[in-house]
Amino acid sequence: MKIVLTTVSTNLDSEVDPLFGRAANLLVVDTDTLEWKAESNPGAGASGGAGIRAAQFVADQNAQAAISGDFGPHAFEALQAAGIAMYLYGDCKNAHQAIERFIAGQLQRVGGPTRGECDSSHHGQSA
Amino acid sequence: MIITVASGKGGTGKTTIATSLAHSLAVEQPTPPLFLDCDVEAPNAHLFLHPRLDEQQDVALLIPSVNESKCTHCGKCAEVCQYHAIAVLGQKTLVFPQLCHGCGSCTALCPEKAITEIPDRMGVIERGLATGGISFARGVLDVGEPMAVPIIRQLKKWVPAKPGQVVIRDAPPGTSCPVVESMRGSDFLLLVTEPTPFGLHDLRLAIQVGREMGIPCGVIINRENGSYPALDEFCFDNHLPVLLRIPFERVIAEGVAQGKTLVEIHPEYADRFLRMFTQIASLL
Repeated sequence: MKIVLTTVSTNLDSEVDPLFGRAANLLVVDTDTLEWKAESNPGAGASGGAGIRAAQFVADQNAQAAISGDFGPHAFEALQAAGIAMYLYGDCKNAHQAIERFIAGQLQRVGGPTRGECDSSHHGQSA
Repeated sequence: MIITVASGKGGTGKTTIATSLAHSLAVEQPTPPLFLDCDVEAPNAHLFLHPRLDEQQDVALLIPSVNESKCTHCGKCAEVCQYHAIAVLGQKTLVFPQLCHGCGSCTALCPEKAITEIPDRMGVIERGLATGGISFARGVLDVGEPMAVPIIRQLKKWVPAKPGQVVIRDAPPGTSCPVVESMRGSDFLLLVTEPTPFGLHDLRLAIQVGREMGIPCGVIINRENGSYPALDEFCFDNHLPVLLRIPFERVIAEGVAQGKTLVEIHPEYADRFLRMFTQIASLL
């Protein structure tokens, strides 16, 4: 199964990035073969809709699960629509540890957005 | 001539100045001015100018609606959307209306013609005649809508100035997109500040926006109470004319709280505003 993790740097020992939409990197891992690749998150620099852009990336990888510290309402809606399961890092420190715990079924699955919408008033617009 | 009254910091007296200037010009000019309340998130100039708003028009953004039976999930729409307001997730295309700017790129580029545009109301524009024959118009953003710019843009288009008619735009506070849209196309920026570090800080930002847009600026110092040299030094160093100084006065505060313009509180201000207007005209 393919999964995507949000990470600070671009390897398996990387510290986890608690943000989803604004995470620095996205680590794509095949849990059967443990093959992996890291890509910079196309949502990280977006002026708005970062979570949606990151979710789009996860869907494009045909991944079945995403692991992060945080899923905003837009990211949640997008990932859910794509049928991608969401899991939280909990106290995992690095990607390696999170992958192990995911395989062991020890990560908490998310049933709804983990926070409210960010202040979108300036997205192209207001004071 | 289009004069936009802006400030940076909120609560410095933009509306007090804008409505007082409109009042003064209404008496003196052959055609009373056109007043646009561009602070569509919290319009309040009507409290001073008492317009009869007898015309209204809805402002809507055209939001994409995807026909799933035609959509092949090719992803062109998501690729072209700068705001990530549309996403193609496997076999589903999802629209996020709150992020959509209504640019129409997705609709235009969809190879399957699977997208139609549905108007989504975000507010209203209203116009009518106000005190002294002033042509008045304002925009009002609906509660919960995040984008003010389309309303300001449509407001500006809806009420063109008559030949020789001076236009006064009352801008929102801050320096973000709604302020930029209010300033765009102006001949002069009247920046109202107060002699406080906060007032100066935000004046500096507002000036930067004005300079970036290439619009000449002048400063009004409101609620002046003793001297605040840092503000005068800033204006001097940046070649900003200080066009008017209004003292910190209880009578003025009480009058404004009752919905009076400066001209109604102190009739001698009419002359000061007209002299300021002449000075602005000479600067252009």
